[in-house]
Amino acid sequence: MKQPIEMYINGEARSVTVDPYRSLLDTLRGEVGLTGTKKGCDVGDCGACTVIVDGRPLNACLMLAVEAGGCRVETVEGLQASPDQLHVLQDAFMRHGAAQCGFCTPGILMMAKSLLENNANPSDDEIRFGLSGNICRCTGYTKIFDAIRSAARQLQETPA
Amino acid sequence: MRRFEYHEPASLAEASELLLCLGEGAFVFAGGTDLLVEIRERLRRVHHIVNIKRIPGLDELMISAEGGIWFGALVTAGRIERSSEIARLYPNLHDAVRNLGSIQVRNRATVVGNICRASPSADTIPPLVADSAEIEIFGPGGTRRTALAEFFTGPGRTTLSRGEIATGIRVPPPAEGSGRVYLKHGRRKAMELATVGVAVSLNRSRGTCSDISIALGAVGPTVLRAPKAEAMLRGAVLSPEMISAAANQAMAECTPISNVRSSADYRRAMVGVLTRRAVTRALEATA
Repeated sequence: MKQPIEMYINGEARSVTVDPYRSLLDTLRGEVGLTGTKKGCDVGDCGACTVIVDGRPLNACLMLAVEAGGCRVETVEGLQASPDQLHVLQDAFMRHGAAQCGFCTPGILMMAKSLLENNANPSDDEIRFGLSGNICRCTGYTKIFDAIRSAARQLQETPA
Repeated sequence: MRRFEYHEPASLAEASELLLCLGEGAFVFAGGTDLLVEIRERLRRVHHIVNIKRIPGLDELMISAEGGIWFGALVTAGRIERSSEIARLYPNLHDAVRNLGSIQVRNRATVVGNICRASPSADTIPPLVADSAEIEIFGPGGTRRTALAEFFTGPGRTTLSRGEIATGIRVPPPAEGSGRVYLKHGRRKAMELATVGVAVSLNRSRGTCSDISIALGAVGPTVLRAPKAEAMLRGAVLSPEMISAAANQAMAECTPISNVRSSADYRRAMVGVLTRRAVTRALEATA
């Protein structure tokens, strides 16, 4: 039986009616229409669907939408302060060429955001540990780590 | 995803009754990181999900040097990982949760769920077995407690019967002069299932090893103790030679299989290496 839920997605209250077997990921991409969050493996291995729920990063494919009722959900669409202003991380990813095919990028951006919120100046090992649940098959990660280090420096100089 | 009916009981009694009434296709849902994958990959026929997240009291986490640990069925691996008290008093459990899945998975996955899944390679089980943890179970007949070491009956199988729900884990307080270690061996550092996991908890008093338990993961149908290896070290002043001999004994006591992750021979050899290392490090930790 479908259930009505209300979530606060990127600061905005959104009401949807969903089947209980619908994942948060499918609901975000389908009913809500936010397709920035990607569906990679759909079993919690790849991290492409990483979103931040009530302050914690998780795999949207492994959460039921009905569980997200009342929750604050942050997706990649919410990173930009305004349409013409990129988030520091997005800007750093572009400058460093940290995306190739780009499919893993939304999940990695959200994971990196969470990482930098908890640790403003992460070491290389801490960045690797923080991103160990996000798989990129194009870049070899080096440019992603460069971009995150650069964004961390920039955020420390001029906090967002 | 395959369709299922969804239930949100408000109490343990209601959850237990639901599980009894709904029968074989009904499953307890807490973190969901195993169950939802099993539904998608059609490894389990699930007709009803009984979400226990609305039941009050199951998200408690209590930790102290005097009282040990109590954590409820809804406590995630991430919460255990972020507890500095657990990192200090139970570094073995801390290391086990820190190497389980990814940060995203740990923010959802519960430790009690990892236990009830009863995988022989589950990271959280060896340190808890080595520390003589107990599991608390609510059921139609009331509440029962059992030693975690006696909870498992085979791969994926436990003593839980229909209508029973594991509600939490109690770990005794760490004894004065005790050391505890969990070592995980895999092919990579993250997002990995243990090829072999070895937990050692020991107490030292007046230079001798007054008590020790060795728990071996992924080398038998359930997590195993190595009682003969333990007996060789209990009551003794530990030397490197004795530790090596006990590690060899642990190799003889385990019963690994060959599968996609490793051959049985390799697993057995790693039990020797990791047991020697874990006993040595646990001993160092008592200093």
